[in-house]
Amino acid sequence: MKTAQSTNSSVPFDTESGRSHIKAQKGMFQAELVKKASIDALRKFNPKQMVKNPMMFIVEIGFVITLFLTFVPDAFGSPVARWYNGSVSFILFITVWFANFAEALAEGRGKAQADSLKQTKKDMWANKVTESGTVRVSSATLRKGDLIIVREGETIAGDGEVIQGLASVDESAITGESAPVLKEAGGDFCSVTAGTRVVSDWIRVRITSDPGESFLDRMIALVEGAERQKTPNELALHTVLISLTLIFLIVVVTLPFFGQYLNIQLNVAELIALLVCLIPTTIGGLLSAIGIAGMDRVTRFNVIATSGKAVEACGDIHTIILDKTGTITYGNRLASDMYAVGGGSKEELGRWAAVSSHLDETPEGRSVVEWVNKQGWSYDTQLSEQGEIIPFKAETRMSGIDLTDGRKVRKGAVDSVKRWVKEQGGSIPVDLDAQTEAIAAAGGTPLAVAVDHHIYGVIYLKDTVKPGMRERFEQLRQMGIRTVMCTGDNPLTAATIAREAGVDDFIAESKPEDKLALIRQEQAAGKLVAMTGDGTNDAPALAQADVGIAMNSGTTAAKEAANMVDLDSDPTKVIEVVAIGKQLLMTRGALTTFSIANDVAKYFAIIPALFMLAIPQLSALNIMALNSPMSAILSALVFNAIIIPLLIPLAVKGVAYKPMSSEKLLGRNMLIYGLGGLIAPFIGIKVIDMVLGIWM
Amino acid sequence: MTGLGWLSIGITLLIVLALARPVGIYLSRVFDSGGKPLPLDRVLGPIDKGLFKLFGIRETNQSWKAYAGSLVLSNVVMIVITYTIFRLQGVLPLNPSGIAGMEPSVAFNTAISFMTNTNLQHYSGETGLSYLSQMIAIIFLMFTAPATGLAIVFAFMRGLAGKPLGNFFVDLVRSITRVLLPIAVVAGIMFVAMGVPQTLSPTETVTTVQGAEQQIARGPVASLLSIKELGNNGGGFFGPNSAHPFENPNALSNTLQMILMMLVTTSLPFAYGKMVGNAKQGRVLFVAMSIMFITMLGLSLTSELAGNPMMHQLGINGPSMEGKEQRLGMVQSSLYSVVTTASETGGVATMHDTLTPLGGLIPMANMMLNTVFGGIGVGFVNVLMYAMIAVFLSGLMVGRTPEFLGRKLESREMKLIAVTLIVHPLLILVPTAIALIAYPETISNPGYHGLSQALYEFTSSAANNGSGFEGLGDNTLFWNIATGFVMFFGRYISMITLLAVAGSMASKRPVPATSGTFRTNTAMFGAIFVGTVLIVGALTFFPVIVLGPVAEHLTLWK
Repeated sequence: MKTAQSTNSSVPFDTESGRSHIKAQKGMFQAELVKKASIDALRKFNPKQMVKNPMMFIVEIGFVITLFLTFVPDAFGSPVARWYNGSVSFILFITVWFANFAEALAEGRGKAQADSLKQTKKDMWANKVTESGTVRVSSATLRKGDLIIVREGETIAGDGEVIQGLASVDESAITGESAPVLKEAGGDFCSVTAGTRVVSDWIRVRITSDPGESFLDRMIALVEGAERQKTPNELALHTVLISLTLIFLIVVVTLPFFGQYLNIQLNVAELIALLVCLIPTTIGGLLSAIGIAGMDRVTRFNVIATSGKAVEACGDIHTIILDKTGTITYGNRLASDMYAVGGGSKEELGRWAAVSSHLDETPEGRSVVEWVNKQGWSYDTQLSEQGEIIPFKAETRMSGIDLTDGRKVRKGAVDSVKRWVKEQGGSIPVDLDAQTEAIAAAGGTPLAVAVDHHIYGVIYLKDTVKPGMRERFEQLRQMGIRTVMCTGDNPLTAATIAREAGVDDFIAESKPEDKLALIRQEQAAGKLVAMTGDGTNDAPALAQADVGIAMNSGTTAAKEAANMVDLDSDPTKVIEVVAIGKQLLMTRGALTTFSIANDVAKYFAIIPALFMLAIPQLSALNIMALNSPMSAILSALVFNAIIIPLLIPLAVKGVAYKPMSSEKLLGRNMLIYGLGGLIAPFIGIKVIDMVLGIWM
Repeated sequence: MTGLGWLSIGITLLIVLALARPVGIYLSRVFDSGGKPLPLDRVLGPIDKGLFKLFGIRETNQSWKAYAGSLVLSNVVMIVITYTIFRLQGVLPLNPSGIAGMEPSVAFNTAISFMTNTNLQHYSGETGLSYLSQMIAIIFLMFTAPATGLAIVFAFMRGLAGKPLGNFFVDLVRSITRVLLPIAVVAGIMFVAMGVPQTLSPTETVTTVQGAEQQIARGPVASLLSIKELGNNGGGFFGPNSAHPFENPNALSNTLQMILMMLVTTSLPFAYGKMVGNAKQGRVLFVAMSIMFITMLGLSLTSELAGNPMMHQLGINGPSMEGKEQRLGMVQSSLYSVVTTASETGGVATMHDTLTPLGGLIPMANMMLNTVFGGIGVGFVNVLMYAMIAVFLSGLMVGRTPEFLGRKLESREMKLIAVTLIVHPLLILVPTAIALIAYPETISNPGYHGLSQALYEFTSSAANNGSGFEGLGDNTLFWNIATGFVMFFGRYISMITLLAVAGSMASKRPVPATSGTFRTNTAMFGAIFVGTVLIVGALTFFPVIVLGPVAEHLTLWK
């Protein structure tokens, strides 16, 4: 189901994790969605709904007035041809419809996802544990604190915590990930989600949410946009746009009086046209679509955000706190070199290391074999296959193999191996300690290899940084975002990994409360912090962080404290989510700038047109050389209308974004949307005028 | 244009440029001494303390509400006092020429006019006011009005810097005693040296060579003149204002007047840079405003230089000299008209009514924008507001919530700014429309020029400039009351809303700058700022300008 990326190139980083779980997307303008949105757009003409968007509401009023004038042309004196009023009315209708369509389309994409989730929710039954045994009840009757038993093949009817048992659970309905995950009582893997299915064994679950409040319910509400409220930034922008609308309303309402003083009669249709062209209808029509689509992009990325505010906050993040293990590094220590001691050869050491690891299925063991093979050294696989495997034990801290000829091969922690060798009566090579320390100093873990009483050398195990992380941190740095790595390792190891991964800072030997302290410290300096976490002890930090992303595999406490949940449980996603937040804000800014810059050209189309007949000299202002006043006004209106659908793809997908410094970003966007917004309408209006000229 | 003309412009602007930074640094020390008292403080400090004690003023920081409250209340009290003096001047002392009490609507208009730093004069100075009114009421307000403007700009800057806004009364007193009074005294003496009268003797009656009798008005002109220009007041002692030979005897006095008008307002970007610790941003704004100023000046000169084709047809070639003082010439007159409107002073050295259509458009555009330096204090506050709008509209394009000086611009600030933004066109366009339709008989010209006259009057009132297009029968009940209200609301609504913005910004936790921050101290930002001013500020007035000066110009040059 890894399809989202191909059609929705909105996620700015190159990443392999662009999973979409709910439905394969066949592109934004899927026929079904478009059809539904077209009809919904008509429904949105309801004035009660329109009044929430004052800019489009004014256009709708203009539509009604000009429609009226089409039938009663002399209602306000100064009659104008019916066809002209009719044309203006029609274009205004289309303008509103386009804006409604944009919103409906953005909403529709969420609704389609919600529908498939609702399918999951239907008809869930549960075996409720009561004093008189288990009873089969509907999921709707489950309350917080109830106990249920879920057996193989059954669907878990409510969010809860496993209190007994162990089962593998298929969470694909929520996460899209088909491989089942293990759930067991206690620890960080005890939380289960309604709608997921037990595929083996059984569990006893304590329900943690009342009906209507479950994760599934919240997710449906969120993707449906039912709970959508304007985000703070959207609200502020809305205020400014309304004030511009009011200013232009003043301009247009006073204009006929100025005209009257000069004995120029202005007709209502033209004044409405002027007003509609001047008020920021482009951004006004697309504003809510941008917001909905931003949320949707996050959802599509398999992250559920509890509010649009959280997504917006992503754009403002200064610091990202990342766990080392699993996020920055693979978390496994892999062989990266070997050092022979006591004058032995490296190849011999390698051979024995490989023999001891040949049947060792741990990542460390496999990496040793791989490393030796890479060197081109051969070893006797027969030796290991016939020998007796000694598995790793916490007490001995060694593993190895007892060969058929009586020789014993061991590899393990240096101290343990030393003790073992001494017990065998062997001696310790003088340079062993020096090598061991050198490896530790470089941040690695040394593993000693010995055969009976002879120590051959040490294996250098290294925690490996995931490929591409360094580049990502570099990009983040360009965006002005600092990365801090948290690890339980000692400072030396931590410093090495930090240097290698290219993070800006690290906390070694960190405890969960260190994260909280770091977040508070950063916030005290005015910074916004993002982090990921999964354990219950991460919950306070997740709640404190401005953007807290909990792993779906994590505990209920963590998920409740966070403002986003990553269904794929991929901790590196925080980086992409930040980029999506930035992209959302940028899209809003770009379209605002574009919309306002458009006004210049529209003025030059309409103002000369309004007065050219009365004051012929004003034709000098008709710099676009438009055909006739009527054609000029209609062209400006048509441009104003069709720019909305032309920009829908941009509003829904977001503007193209590559991480770079703010200066470059601003310069680039200013050129495209500022200067472009200034020039594009001059060309667009001229072209439309030429086309209209064929008929007029 | 002659080489001498270029030279006179060059010298004036170079002096302004040279003085801007030092004066700005001085101002920043006056209002934020940082513990280091000024030399003047040693002398004046005890006097301040005594004054504050006398009036029961505590020198503590005020909230934005208290600051705005003190400001508006004290200004209203001063309006009432001044109004009373105007009404009673006939029976009060210091009235050697025996001038009668003022008519109520003129007194209403004049009191507001001078308190709001507008100095729209619907009376003629020398015959409408007694010496007491000139000295106590007029000159008093000519100090307190610009002092109020200076107070608010520094309160605003403190807010942006995240500091408490300060105390209005302390700022008012320091504005007068540390800035306006010392400079005005020095400039006044310079004006006397240039031949401007300073006397309490009554109007002189002389017999001319032809034997006719002539009334020559005079009075304490120099003292009024210096603060008129320095405080961007603009109200003249004489009706013709700085076109009167006693109020502007020669080219030297003309130049000094222009320097004084620009002195404080050009220095504010530098004071700002110092106050908020971002000198570069201050410089960027200074350069942006300078570019707008030079553009305006260039357009004005081009238009005036081209002259009037109607005159050319009559065989009178050369630049337009109609309504200009021969003593000053076309270049100085043109420059004066741009300076007086850019700085919202409103004094005039030429009839703006008789400027060429585009030459008359420039002063109007300056007042409509109110950001080409602008009036003392309030102009720069307006500039900062536009800077915030620029940041808000385009700042999103870097993918962050817009920040200004590290403080986020959010819903509350934008609401307040939105209100401020609406007020200006509302106060200009609506009353102009009413005047044109309901009182066309008060407008002396028909057609485009008549429209410009009415538009100019309300633009001048709303921007608290005070210059007039003249030719308007403006001493009527309608004009007095209408412009009175426009001046009042034009001044105080924005002061209150923007103080609220400052209060709100001050309470925010600053966000540290990173490479992802939208930087407001770059040339790019300067360009965006100018673009915002032109698109948000200027486009509003485009239709009405087309019907007024532009139509007149195009008709004239058809």
